[in-house]
Amino acid sequence: MRARVFVTLKPSVFDPQGRTIAEALHSLGYANVDDVRQGKYFELDLQTEEASAARKIAAEVADKVLANPVIESYKIEVD
Amino acid sequence: MKFGVVVFPGSNCDEDAFHAAKDVFGQDAEYLWHKDTALKGADVVILPGGFAHGDYLRTGAMARFSPIMGAVRGFAERGGPVLGICNGFQILLEAGLLPGAMLRNRGLKYRCEHVHLRVEQTDTPFTAAAVAGQVLRIPIGHGEGNYFAPADMLEAIERNRQVLLRYTDPHGKVDEAWNPNGSVNAVAGVCNEARNVVGMMPHPERACEALLGGVDGRAVFESVITTFRLADLRRAQVPA
Repeated sequence: MRARVFVTLKPSVFDPQGRTIAEALHSLGYANVDDVRQGKYFELDLQTEEASAARKIAAEVADKVLANPVIESYKIEVD
Repeated sequence: MKFGVVVFPGSNCDEDAFHAAKDVFGQDAEYLWHKDTALKGADVVILPGGFAHGDYLRTGAMARFSPIMGAVRGFAERGGPVLGICNGFQILLEAGLLPGAMLRNRGLKYRCEHVHLRVEQTDTPFTAAAVAGQVLRIPIGHGEGNYFAPADMLEAIERNRQVLLRYTDPHGKVDEAWNPNGSVNAVAGVCNEARNVVGMMPHPERACEALLGGVDGRAVFESVITTFRLADLRRAQVPA
């Protein structure tokens, strides 16, 4: 199975890069873009064929390595 | 005393730290390759600045998996003095040996300049020779030095007096205009609860000789050398 992990700064943490991108979009005329949060995206190719097992492994490696729990949160999709 | 300077692939301030310890302060010094598993008798360990393992994933994130970090962690847990400078500070944060995390600088720019630091606490091996309230002028060079800790963690480290250095104006007054990277509470350096592990973004090893534009970084090296000598004296005075 493949797990996709999306890591972003927590909502409570200021994201200066996201803010700068939002300002760039505003300068292009996209006044309808309220905010941008920049993050990281990982694809994990896993040996398991079970979605629940895949989700469990992905959460473990996200907790241990892919995300820093002090500043980041993540979400997982599997298929 | 013997300084152990850890060298990761991508470290680039290791020779500066080695030079300060060996040539400026006349101490023993030895490089410790990141694949080593022992500290070769070091009395103090320095994790130097640079871009360990290319700063892949996050600054300092990969370095904590280097074999030497097991020995560094054991040394720290036994009370040995460990100093992380710049990238070394980021590594100690990622390794969980210090509280908090680093974010991209508030202005998104790499800042390379002299800053002013107020010494907040002097009961650590790396600040013992300084005076509380003293202002040090030491250079920084980093793109991710925006120290962050969630509110409850920040409250705890302030309560435990773990903030050792703060960015200030030249007179020692905290002022956001003089905070180069947006660090919360203007934090430039912290220690662990046991106070033997210290991380700081500014580079004291680059400020030990007048030729390099200032000598205020000497306070950090003099602190650890003096702390070691005092401990040695005390050991000698204990009756057998």
